[in-house]
Amino acid sequence: MTALLDARLVVRRGTFLLDIELRIAPGETVALLGPNGAGKTTALRALAGLAALDDGHLRLDGRDIRDDPPERRPIGVVFQDYLLFPHLTARDNVAFGPRRQGQDRKQAYGVADRWLDRVGLADHGRRKPRHLSGGQAQRVALARALAVDPTLLLLDEPLAALDARTRLETRGELRRHLSAHPGATLLVTHDPLDALVLADRLVIVEQGRVVQEGDAATITARPRTDYVARLVGLNLYRGHGDGHTVTITDGFALTSTDSVDGDAFVAFPPAAVALHPARPDGSPRNTWPAVLADVQRHGDNLRVRLDGPISVAADITPAAAAHLHLEPGRELWVAVKAAETRAYPGDG
Amino acid sequence: MRTARVPVPLLLPAGLGLIFLLLPLAGLLARTPWSTLPARLAEPRVVEALRLSLLTSTLATVLCLVLGVPLAWMLARVSFPGRRLVRALITVPLVLPPVVGGIALLLALGRRGLAGQWLDATFGITLPFTTAGVVIAESFVALPFLVIAVEGALRGADSRFEEAAATLGSTRWTTFTHVTLPLVAPGIAAGAVLCWARALGEFGATITFAGNYPGITQTMPLAVYQTMESGDLEGAVVLSLILLVVSVAILAGLRDRWLTAP
Repeated sequence: MTALLDARLVVRRGTFLLDIELRIAPGETVALLGPNGAGKTTALRALAGLAALDDGHLRLDGRDIRDDPPERRPIGVVFQDYLLFPHLTARDNVAFGPRRQGQDRKQAYGVADRWLDRVGLADHGRRKPRHLSGGQAQRVALARALAVDPTLLLLDEPLAALDARTRLETRGELRRHLSAHPGATLLVTHDPLDALVLADRLVIVEQGRVVQEGDAATITARPRTDYVARLVGLNLYRGHGDGHTVTITDGFALTSTDSVDGDAFVAFPPAAVALHPARPDGSPRNTWPAVLADVQRHGDNLRVRLDGPISVAADITPAAAAHLHLEPGRELWVAVKAAETRAYPGDG
Repeated sequence: MRTARVPVPLLLPAGLGLIFLLLPLAGLLARTPWSTLPARLAEPRVVEALRLSLLTSTLATVLCLVLGVPLAWMLARVSFPGRRLVRALITVPLVLPPVVGGIALLLALGRRGLAGQWLDATFGITLPFTTAGVVIAESFVALPFLVIAVEGALRGADSRFEEAAATLGSTRWTTFTHVTLPLVAPGIAAGAVLCWARALGEFGATITFAGNYPGITQTMPLAVYQTMESGDLEGAVVLSLILLVVSVAILAGLRDRWLTAP
């Protein structure tokens, strides 16, 4: 598929360097996911023309827009706190873009009314932003960004300002609107759930670089950094593979049913980790002694962090916890079945 | 709030300070010739001075808005070399004795002045001792008030709204007129009223640059001064009372914006 957006964004900010490549196909939604300070918002601002590129290129629909000011780029932006113009009604906010594109008042209001209707706010057009709820403001912001018929739609943490319940509803709705958008969509977020639900493809950025990209299934199955592993809830280690054995540190290796040679990752979910008061007998190939560092509630279960030759997270039921007398400093045995680990090459 | 047991060393000067501010106003009201007031207000000299004052201070405010809002925008939104110096220079007329301002205006815009010479030769325009000169003198003194107020409002306004406008296809100029101005409108209004009040009370620069000709350059403060000099205390009181009423009306109009403690 030919990319609608084809960009290499290089932005220097003091000692921080953002250098990422992005390609987005028509109709595709890509999530730029990463921890705070990874450069996600800088990337979005560079695409919008609000931050200058120090190097790289920026083509949208085959046109070089690198040196175009924001007002001449065919983009729409939904800002994190929406930035709805407080002195204008919802309808005037949405009509603002079409008016600037040269449509007359009547046409612009027609476009605005259609979009407000599409986001379910047809009867809220006369309200000022301060009289809209968070979820409504978010939808007006989306309508305003889409009303200019953008080739590239940019969303900066579009759900971050909402409370949990509104977030859930709005996420589903947003997904519907994004999949209907024929242009390219880039979603900047630090919330893996937003990324997984809303995006077709994930690009993970850490410290200004792309560390991994792919669809949700690939990334959740084969994380390549600690950050990604934590995002998808996996224990992740890097080591040297030799068949079914991956050596993590001197004298400590994990066994997997997968076979890998050379630079390798091993990953397994916390739920696959069993804890025993004494050295277990039986089938698990991976057992080692560890010291309990920390216990936290995790859904219905408890998430236990353990130090040892490698630090590991384990999910156990409250019943098992009671049996184990969990307290920091307690020595336990960790067991992970080889069949529940995944090993994959580190350099490919 | 605690009201009881205010220490005397604080209470005494506080009370004196209040009396110090209010006593002269009370004196003004006490000496106002209420019975002859309507007749005195209708005197052509008074009407003429008031008309001229309102006209020139309003024109000065318009001039300050036209020049001052863009200047404030430049200071708040554009980073250019020497911006701090420019900001400092703008506040000079604020602290400069107005009489000195008047002399400076004469040297710059007088018939033989730096720019005045050229204005005279090219367009045949002379400013000193004309009504336009009054407007110039008042603007010179009042402009810093407007610039400072508007720049403050612009700095307080979130410039990301302007970025949002740009992403919606708005040019910088359209953004200025459709987003920035409406956002800082209250600040501009407050600055304009402040500017107008300063222009209305202007004395030193006006009398130095524009002189004191009834009907042409004699504004209210100048009329107060001249009436007083000629020994007509009652006349001076009447004129002062008008200025006091106008000032209090301005304060009342601005009380929510400027006088409410945060």
